[in-house]
Amino acid sequence: MAVVPTRRIYEGTRIPSPIPTVLQVDPAKHALDDILQINFGPNHPSTHGVLRLVVDLDGETVAGLRAVIGYLHTGFEKNMEAKTWWKSVTYAPRIDYVSFQANELLYVLAVEKLLGIEVPRRATWTRMALAELTRIHSHLIWLGTSALEIGAISLLWYSFDDRDLVLDLFELIGGTRMHTRYFQVGGLAEDVPPRFTDEARKFCDFFPRSIDEYEALLDRQAIWLQRTKGIGLLSAEDALALGQSGPILRASGVDWDLRKRMPYLFYDEVEFDVPVYENGDVYDRYKVHMDEMRESVRIVRQCLDRIDETDGEPWIADDRKVVLPPRHELHTSMESLIHHFKIVTEGYTVPEGEVYVVIESPRGENGCYLVSDGGPRPWRVKFRAPSFAALQATAAVAQGGLIADLIAVAASLDPVMGDADR
Amino acid sequence: MAYEDVPGVVETHEALGEITLVVDPARLVEACAHLRDAHGFNMLSDIAATDYLGWGEEPVSGYVGTVAGRDLNDPSTQGLARVPAPKPKRFSVSYHLLRVSDEPARVRVQAWLDDGEGVESVIRVWPAADWFERETYDMMGISFEGHPNLVRILMPEDWEGHPQRKDYPLGGEPVRFSDED
Repeated sequence: MAVVPTRRIYEGTRIPSPIPTVLQVDPAKHALDDILQINFGPNHPSTHGVLRLVVDLDGETVAGLRAVIGYLHTGFEKNMEAKTWWKSVTYAPRIDYVSFQANELLYVLAVEKLLGIEVPRRATWTRMALAELTRIHSHLIWLGTSALEIGAISLLWYSFDDRDLVLDLFELIGGTRMHTRYFQVGGLAEDVPPRFTDEARKFCDFFPRSIDEYEALLDRQAIWLQRTKGIGLLSAEDALALGQSGPILRASGVDWDLRKRMPYLFYDEVEFDVPVYENGDVYDRYKVHMDEMRESVRIVRQCLDRIDETDGEPWIADDRKVVLPPRHELHTSMESLIHHFKIVTEGYTVPEGEVYVVIESPRGENGCYLVSDGGPRPWRVKFRAPSFAALQATAAVAQGGLIADLIAVAASLDPVMGDADR
Repeated sequence: MAYEDVPGVVETHEALGEITLVVDPARLVEACAHLRDAHGFNMLSDIAATDYLGWGEEPVSGYVGTVAGRDLNDPSTQGLARVPAPKPKRFSVSYHLLRVSDEPARVRVQAWLDDGEGVESVIRVWPAADWFERETYDMMGISFEGHPNLVRILMPEDWEGHPQRKDYPLGGEPVRFSDED
């Protein structure tokens, strides 16, 4: 099967011209004195954060649209450049605060690539399990909030209930519910606690039934179908041209998942399917999210078996220049104390070079560009935020639609503003 | 790898499994269009600019608390073990391309610029360049000629300076009421 489909969702392109991200009111089509310009956001309750859409309305139809972002810009990249490699790991998960472990994983993978450090198997399997649990967590938040915005309030309570179970697992493994900082350069902060795999298996047994319940609530719900089917169209060509990735791209019929196509971690050793839908509308994006949660449960199960198999193996690389020594050694070993002191105060140095590492985060192509000058701090940190790219498509997907649908369409792009604005 | 046919390539190097094509900024669009059409790089993954001001020399600006930058006497800083290889110009702009197909591949196209120099926009090659170029302009002050809407995107419209430059201090925002009794 070809990666990019030949089937057309609509004829030609819908990317606005001359500015691809700004839909301008066409004077030939609309009586200009009837155009009403309104600010949708930045503090509208249904914009998934501080997204501002400047909408030109002709009646109830969206005739012009411009997305304005930057309200949550906090200078993460600049801050990370001022911290040591070791300290800046803490910043990464706070960028995309809904899929925190994905960003944390991305950053440590990039630093490890520069260092050329070997990560133990047990750490990699655990990272994969947690990355997939993060995907479930992120998709659950997406499902709850998106359904809420269209009026399906009950789904928010159900999905956030299940999300809490994922957070319980994070708490069990890392001590905190979000932003665990459990991934360290070289491996994990601590060994996997003994109860983790059992608890995670319980979740894996329970959760697929929840997904069935969500679908039972939504899939045959006439209002849900009317409000999601056939709106917010995006063709495969337009999605690629606008740099879309993840569920948006797969809902437009493009069979593209980095976990399958350019595997990292041990994704080439596990069995899973990549859900692809081809109508490119809000409903298909919803279906992709639902199917991905099921596939994630499949991957988590396989990872848990491997975590059990590797019980007793090291969980972090044995490189004292980079990795903190075990806590108990600090009381007895002078060298360990020195290494600990040096890493915490001065930081370790990373060989000169530049890397661009990309993972499939819950939102798609999540990249990290790092430049090192050989010193203890990153010279340049740049994140390729999938939400930032996704919001570029707002003008293309919302054009000609109704203002009431705009909420569903914007939500279907799954933007997290912390990720977009960094 | 077989990227010899790309126009305007000055230098090709491969490190850590990543291929970098350094191109002449004047022929950047030509090179990008060729990579898209002949090599199938149908997606622009990212544009990342880097400011190499002070690269390999001290002091380096941007350190917390000091205007002069990296201070050898301060905790958590240290001198470089060795001087890194010099860079040709102050700014590098890296275009990370991705081929979405059965034969996936990534390549980095890099252009080097001095302060005040601009580069032609690739928005006609990949519409996705729109916001990436705006972000690069906002953060680094690099202008992209031919971009139809090159305005700030993350910082407020009336902001002065470009925050990701190395001569832009961290914490440069004045704190309100701090000098008042």
